Amino acid sequence: MAAAKSTRFDIKSYRGFKSITLLCLFILYAPLVVVTIYSFNASNSITTWEGASFHWYADVFTGPESEKFKSAAFNSFVIAIVAATLATTIATLAATGMVRGGKFRLRALSFGLISLPLMVPEIVTAVATLIFFNSIGFDRGTMTILLAHTAFCIPFAYLPISARMQGIEDSYEQAAMDLYATKRQAFTKILLPLMMPGIISGFILAFIVSLDDFIITNFVKGAGVETLPTAIFGSVKQGIKPNIMAISTMLLGVSVLMVTISYLVSKSDNTK
Amino acid sequence: MAAGAASGGSATTDTYKESRTWLLMPAWLTLSILVLAPVSMMLVYSFLTKEFRGGVIWEFSLAAYDQFFFDRGLFGDEAPKIEWTYILIFWRSIWQAGAATLLSLAIGFPTAYFIATRPEHSRPLWVFLITIPYWVNLLIRTVSMKFLLRDQGPFNDLLISIGLIDSPLHIVNTNFAVQLGLFYSYLPFMVLPIYAAVERYNFSLSEAAADLYASKWVTLRRILLPAVKPGVIAGCILVFVPSMGSFLAPDLLGGAKNFMIGSLIEEQFKGNAGNWPFGAAASMILMTMVLILLLIYARQQARAEKTEG
Repeated sequence: MAAAKSTRFDIKSYRGFKSITLLCLFILYAPLVVVTIYSFNASNSITTWEGASFHWYADVFTGPESEKFKSAAFNSFVIAIVAATLATTIATLAATGMVRGGKFRLRALSFGLISLPLMVPEIVTAVATLIFFNSIGFDRGTMTILLAHTAFCIPFAYLPISARMQGIEDSYEQAAMDLYATKRQAFTKILLPLMMPGIISGFILAFIVSLDDFIITNFVKGAGVETLPTAIFGSVKQGIKPNIMAISTMLLGVSVLMVTISYLVSKSDNTK
Repeated sequence: MAAGAASGGSATTDTYKESRTWLLMPAWLTLSILVLAPVSMMLVYSFLTKEFRGGVIWEFSLAAYDQFFFDRGLFGDEAPKIEWTYILIFWRSIWQAGAATLLSLAIGFPTAYFIATRPEHSRPLWVFLITIPYWVNLLIRTVSMKFLLRDQGPFNDLLISIGLIDSPLHIVNTNFAVQLGLFYSYLPFMVLPIYAAVERYNFSLSEAAADLYASKWVTLRRILLPAVKPGVIAGCILVFVPSMGSFLAPDLLGGAKNFMIGSLIEEQFKGNAGNWPFGAAASMILMTMVLILLLIYARQQARAEKTEG
């Protein structure tokens, strides 16, 4: 902690900035930690603490609302896996076209189109998608959620993938083609494997975005179709119950795990 | 999403030039059909007549925009007056998003600066710590915030047990709770661009200022801040824009009194009581405001890049 002592003479550090950073981390994590702790509360009330137990976790899987949560979780995960797979495939192809496609007139426009879901406020995308499906007479249900998620996830998959591709020099592919590899072989045997960390990060981000989405899902889901966030929102409207905290903690765990994997994958490679 | 990305990145080669169209086709098709066409259809719907059980009648009408801006009395036959209800809701959204942006800046700037001045090998870990909560479900984060802050919640319990207050602070269902929720939702968007800007900053400029007897705070304000301004502006926009259209934070933390645009729009599509053309019109107005902001930002970034290189 010698650094702390010499603060006054160190041109780079400002007094108080470290405290603010720690405060910032505290604000970010305190609510999550508190909910995680209270999910293990044995009490029926969310206010009083009556010792630790797995009571509410058991309730999620076997309690009166378990059927609802199970089908919501099933929908959420199936939609997230399919939407993320589609979005990642589309984004990988698009990134190849954008980063390895030379200069072309529609390039700026294409980039604008790909990042459109990030620029339009989410609630506007939700309204627009609902109106669109309604106007073409497409019945709302699992399929509408899946389509909306696929489109919305594309930029989240695209950004890490294209960032990664920009970091790979094309000399590897050129070398392969000098040795009589076809372009297709250079793509599948050289570029794709080098791209893997970016593709995995992109897939994971798209997966989390789909799994977490509430607003778009809430608009385009049909009656009776629920995903975990819409099911949780429905319950929370009647007050926060302990079983919701148990579900939240599990979902929180999944997200943190996935992001950690993505972080480690992107950190592990140093081909640059 | 910070500078540079706006132009689509720079490094590009032309290995797959011939198949470019086929590579981009799936993205073009998906996004045109599922984002561009819907937004266009929303524009059309905002000029249609409402049907009373939700949905629309295909008849051109300016009623939605008229209802937004003008009050023509209960039977629609009085002289038009300005309708303040919806303008005030928009104004409140701008104000709330602005306050949340300032809060994020006040905490995000020192945090970003602190992270950017850590030893190089430990920076990614700090950034990772800041971004993890962002990837946790927004709904769960907002509910957690509500749980923590409510009158009988752990935060008030803590303050009472250490004797700081006698009766619980009423935080939930206030403007401040919404601002805190928005801050919590989008903080990484403030930290990351500022962090990127400070990391690129040449600290010998600060040293030169110090050699000339500038105090540390003068150096921060006069030398560092102008240099990292593009990052600060990027952060402010990235927090402000999603805050303005947010739905969960005002709905769960704000209660009925703190209605924002997001809730106004959502209400128009819920059940039979809604008004689809009006919801579409409100969405169009929101989107236009956001796109204007982003356009100003893009031009500002382009100018900053020009002066840099």
